[in-house]
Amino acid sequence: MRGAIVVDKERCKGCNLCAVACPLNIIRLTQKTVNKRGYAYAEQVVEGMCTGCTCCAQVCPDGCITVYRKR
Amino acid sequence: MTNQEIIQPENLVYKKPNLLNDKHMHYCPGCSHSVVHKLIAEVIEEMGMEDNAVGISPVGCAVFAYSYIDIDWIEAAHGRAPAIACATKRLWPENLVFTYQGDGDLACIGTAETIHSLNRGDNITIIFVNNAIYGMTGGQMAPTTLMGMKTVTCPYGRQADLHGYPLKMTEIAATLEGTCYVTRQAVHNVAHIRRAKAALRKAFEYSMQGKGSCLVEFVATCSSGWKMTPEAANQWMEDHMFPFYKLGDLKDKGSN
Ligand SMILES: Cc1ncc(C[n+]2csc(CCOP(=O)(O)OP(=O)(O)O)c2C)c(N)n1
Ligand code: SF4
Ligand code: SF4
Ligand code: SF4
Ligand SMILES: [Mg+2]
Repeated sequence: MRGAIVVDKERCKGCNLCAVACPLNIIRLTQKTVNKRGYAYAEQVVEGMCTGCTCCAQVCPDGCITVYRKR
Repeated sequence: MTNQEIIQPENLVYKKPNLLNDKHMHYCPGCSHSVVHKLIAEVIEEMGMEDNAVGISPVGCAVFAYSYIDIDWIEAAHGRAPAIACATKRLWPENLVFTYQGDGDLACIGTAETIHSLNRGDNITIIFVNNAIYGMTGGQMAPTTLMGMKTVTCPYGRQADLHGYPLKMTEIAATLEGTCYVTRQAVHNVAHIRRAKAALRKAFEYSMQGKGSCLVEFVATCSSGWKMTPEAANQWMEDHMFPFYKLGDLKDKGSN
């Protein structure tokens, strides 16, 4: 089972709650880039590890994360 | 398998509910209000009530709830949402009618409206977002502020002799004959979000079955008012709010 997330980076407010919720610890906020509103935004930093568990997306207050999973 | 291969419509497992539109929500980063909005949208969508739901929005940070969830809304004066919900449900009983209120709105200026609506057994759901503070106006003490908790109007912490004691509206609601389902939930992690969503669904279903009033309290954070990061606010809520505002169902008459 493999997963991937897509973050709506312009909607993201950089609250970091998705990163806290990810059991594999593969989400980080950007360090050097910000979105149009000036927020650091969430990114999946390690490819190939996401299981598509949806934890990050469920806790995201702003509904910025879409999750895909493939067998 | 590349991300490109995984990111295909047939592999979609989670996305923002359609009913929550694309407008940028004005809430601070990490605010519990946003999570509660998402759950409301998901539950209404799953019940297929998109065209038959009327929300009554409050005064408080959630004043613009009507611009984010694409159902019908009526904006109430501060604290008066239950009175409007009562009338709306009586005039249009085929609709799902709910209020959305903060603790300043529900437990201070609107205490009378809330208690009388619940006591009448109006077939509505009252959604109560309790962050123990007046978020919108800049973090003043609310009736729900915890003992010892600092706000801009009690900078040395809430003291009983000066400010009285925090009010547990949900416990009061459970004693009223008119209430059918009274529960206290939280939305800070996946397990609680799932439980909270099930509770909200139950309340909405009871409202449609005419079983009496439902109150769903969400113990919530206000990271700006509490002056913490969203992550620290969630932790502070677990450590300080949950021991006083205990989570779980206080009353469920609907299943009989
Ligand atoms: C009649 C009236 N009195 C006072 C106010 C000022 N006011 C606006 S929001 C608010 C309290 C908001 O607190 P709460 O209901 O807890 O909502 P939150 O912002 O914390 O979600 C107050 C007192 C008002 N708008 N109208
Ligand atoms: S779907 Fe699960 S594993 Fe993948 S990034 Fe989100 S929380 Fe982490
Ligand atoms: S939880 Fe949502 S808003 Fe917060 S950082 Fe992650 S994607 Fe951004
Ligand atoms: S002030 Fe508090 S309740 Fe209002 S949006 Fe900000 S964090 Fe949320
Ligand atoms: Mg409040």
